[in-house]
Parts: sequence; structure tokens; C-alpha cells
Amino acid sequence: MNRAGERLYNGLVKENPTFVLMLGMCPTLAVTTSAMNGLGMGLTTLAVLAMSNLFISALRKIIPDRVRIPAFIVIIASFVTVVQLLLEAYLNDLNKALGVYIPLIVVNCIILGRAESFAYSNPPIASLFDGIGMGLGFTVALTCIGALRELLGAGEIFGYHVMPESYTPIGIFVLAPGAFFVLAGLTALQNYAKEAGARKGKDVSKIGSGCSEDCMNCSVSGCGKRKIGDEEAAGRTSDPGKQSVPEKPEKAADREGSR
Amino acid sequence: MSDYMKISSNPHVRSKATVSGIMAAVVVALMPAAGYGIYHFGPRALEIILISIVSAVGTEFLFGLIRKKQTVGDLSAVVTGLLLALNLPVSVPWWLPVIGGVFAILVVKELFGGLGQNFMNPALAARCFLLISFPALMTDFSYDGITGPTPLAALKAGETVNVLDMVLGRTAGTIGETSLIAIAVGACFLILLGIIDLRIPGSYILTFLLFAAIFGGHGFDPAYLSAQLAGGGLMLGAFFMATDYVTRPITVGGQYLFGIFLGLMTGIFRFFGPGAEGVSYAIILGNLLVPLMEKITWPAAFGKGRKKP
Repeated sequence: MNRAGERLYNGLVKENPTFVLMLGMCPTLAVTTSAMNGLGMGLTTLAVLAMSNLFISALRKIIPDRVRIPAFIVIIASFVTVVQLLLEAYLNDLNKALGVYIPLIVVNCIILGRAESFAYSNPPIASLFDGIGMGLGFTVALTCIGALRELLGAGEIFGYHVMPESYTPIGIFVLAPGAFFVLAGLTALQNYAKEAGARKGKDVSKIGSGCSEDCMNCSVSGCGKRKIGDEEAAGRTSDPGKQSVPEKPEKAADREGSR
Repeated sequence: MSDYMKISSNPHVRSKATVSGIMAAVVVALMPAAGYGIYHFGPRALEIILISIVSAVGTEFLFGLIRKKQTVGDLSAVVTGLLLALNLPVSVPWWLPVIGGVFAILVVKELFGGLGQNFMNPALAARCFLLISFPALMTDFSYDGITGPTPLAALKAGETVNVLDMVLGRTAGTIGETSLIAIAVGACFLILLGIIDLRIPGSYILTFLLFAAIFGGHGFDPAYLSAQLAGGGLMLGAFFMATDYVTRPITVGGQYLFGIFLGLMTGIFRFFGPGAEGVSYAIILGNLLVPLMEKITWPAAFGKGRKKP
């Protein structure tokens, strides 16, 4: 399978950062008051994510293991600064609407998460496409949430009136609680669609980046040393979980089974 | 074999009370308030009540079809719909109780697992949802073409109010909250049946009174305090919504704590908040803290020694 295409599909659908991985919730809930804000936030994050993934991956052999997180942050923060200056120069309205959430991209856990779990152990081109895929997934999710909230809460989409005149906007949807309602509703819909697909025999399992991706319940330490790309070259089978943790095969198998 | 040899698993003591029986009693107890609301605000109030009940029960029925488990028969949706309607002003458009009923049953109750699993009082959560979404519609207390402030808003503005009118219910307000007498009749009915007790309402009202006396700015002025008590949804909330079996603490200590918390929150919202009323927010905030209140008041099991302080 085409590596780049696979990464894009993975980021958009299988491991959508918002609806599946549940990462980056802070901007997801805070800035999606309108479709435009969601789209702007998504694309900004996409740019930072793709570039930081590319550079972290390119520098992965130079960055010492112990200080990799500070090194990641430096790289990410540089790109965030660049993007913010560009936004201020050319799209100042959007910059004002997104406010503090632009600088906060530095600590967005999608970016740090992809750097740690993918870019640090994979070649640059795959990492770039992983970043683009994840960024697109984030953008699509934020735009959907923003559009729904704007539609219900203001009767508009991208600023255009679409609801009939008699429609009274449900104000709560542009406020914080509405973000939770819409996010939960869309996540449920997404799960439902995937379950329906799985019943028809469609493969919806996460491709993953070589581990079970369930960091909370993972007993394997030293994730930074994983070399998934190399495994790929050595001929990866359909079960990535078993390969990345050869020292504990039965545990990995359990995890895979329990999911 | 003698009767003493029978072996069965618990529970060994059973009550004849059923969910539908209790819910039916609550509906009956709400009838005076609803009836007075219809008398006071006209047939439009009856329409709102019916629309609200139908949308709540309808949502429960439709969700039952999806879940393949029908729970309409326990009458809890009727209580939710009725309570929601009693918390709405009479001037709202017809679709408002529909949205409220659907939200109360679908989002607050059924999505969390149905009756017994809802962490908030559905009717109150729906009222707050509507209040945040449609503030203009939800605070429009005009009736018979007369637009007047509710007694509480008048109090907050520093005007004097007629306490007798408030007790009798000749004031502006939501459909079910205006008449203190009608609510008291229903509450007495529930207390006599043993369905609710005075722990939560008593501690709630006493705490609130104390708070009002200290922070209300009028000291222990009886006219002011009784106006605060009779005004707004305090009585309706204290007797019919704070005592909801699902969303109140089950420990005795927790229930007192719950009442005290509600009294404090209502006082804070009423005297220091921007709005004149705060009962619904106080109760749903209290609902959220119920698990914690139960945890700190959980009695030590018999034989396990005294609980460490």
C-alpha cells in the first residue's frame, strides 16, 4: 500500500486525532464557535504539524534521547512563531478570532504526540505525510464541529444565513457547553459508522505507529527507541503490536485482543 | 421442610412501593400547582404543559424503540415533562417545551442510561439549557398582555412586593411557581405519603433563610425574608426537584449536606449573581456534587469500627 496515502487515510479516518485519539481537546472545544474559526485553527495546526514532523524526523538521529521533549518544543515553537507572524501579517481577523490559541499550538498534544510516537522513529517523508494526514483530520473535525455549532447556534455556515428566518438560534451551541454536545454527538456518529463498517467486514482498525497506542495501559518503556520504519522494511505483518514489543509477546497479544 | 430452612438471596425485605406508583403520586402532588397555573395564566398554560409532557413521553417512547426496552410505563417521563412545563413562563412559543422535553429525556436521561442513571435532574437541566439558549424568551413573564417583573426581580431592584399576593400566587412567574399554597398542598401530600421527607427541603430552606438574613441586606426583616421564600422557584425546587430520588444523596448526612449546599448556592446566586433567580442552577450544581457528598458521609459498616475522623 502506498505509504503516503496510507498515512493520510490514517490521519483522516482511522486515527482521526479529534474523534478517535481524542487529542487536542482544548482548541477543539474552545475555538470552534464558527466554521471559519474551526477551519482556520485546523489549517494553522496542519502547517505547524507537517513542518515540525518533517524537521523532527530529519533531526531524529541528532537529537539526544534524554532531551528530546525540549528539542521537540523548540522546533514546534519556532514554527508556531512563524505561523503566527504570517497570520498577523495576512489574516489578522482570523488571528484575532483565534487569539491565545495560536501560541498555545506549541503545547497542542497532537503535535507533541505525533512527534514522539511517529516522527521521532520514522523517515522524514512518511512523517511529513503523517503530519499532513493528522492535520487534515484535525481540520475536517474542527470544521465539522464549527459548522454544526454555527448552524445551530447562529443559523449560519461560514457567515452565510442558511436557516429560514423563523429559526431561533439555540444560543447554547456557540457557548462552551454546546461544544461538548456537538463533539460528543459527532464522535458517537463516527463510532456508529465505523461499527457499521466493521460489521460489513471493512477493516477499520488503527494502523498505529507500531504499538498499541494505548499509552495509559502500556508497560513498555523507552518508546523513543522504536524504529517502526525499519521494521517495515524488514517486512511487517498485519499485527504491528506484536512486532514492536517482542520482549513481551503475550502481553501485546492480550492488548490487541482486548481492543 | 420448615419455613426456617428456606434459602434465598437478598433482598429479603421488600417494599410495595413501585417506581410508577411513586411517580404517579408526584404527578398528583403537582396537580394543585399545575391547576393553579392554568387558572392563573389561562388555557395557554395547559397547552404548554401538554406539549411538554407529550414531547418528554414521546422521546422516551422513541428511544425505547431504539433500545428495544420500553420504559414509558414508569411515568418518570410524565413527571419530567410536567416539572419542565411548570418551570417555563407561559408566554414561550410552542416549540420551546418540545426542545426542552427532548433534551431532558434524550440527552440528560437516556444517553446516560435511563432512569436511575441520570446525574442531573432532567427537567432542571432542560430548563437551564433553555435559559442559556433563549434568555429573552425564558425571562419574558408577561401574561394577559401585562408585562411585569417577577416579585424576585422587583425585590432585587429594591421595590416592595405584596407578600400576600405571592403566597396566593397572583404574581408573574413561571407556570408552576407562583402559588405557594398550591405547592404546599402538593408537598404535604407527598410528605404524608412518605415519599419525600423534610431533610433536604428543611435544611435547604433554613440555610437559605439564614443566608438571606445575613447577606440579603435587610437583616431579619420578616416581610423581606418571607418574600424571598415565597418568590421564585424556591419552594417548587426544594420540595419537588431537590428531593428527586435519583439525583439526591442516599445517605442521611449527605441529604442534610445537600440541602445546606443548595441553600448556600441559591443565596449566592440570588444576592450576588446577575439574575434574580438561582434555584435551578443551585440544584443542578448540587446534583453534580452528590457522589462526593455520599462519599464523605458514607457510614462505616457494622463491625468495622468507628470511621476515622
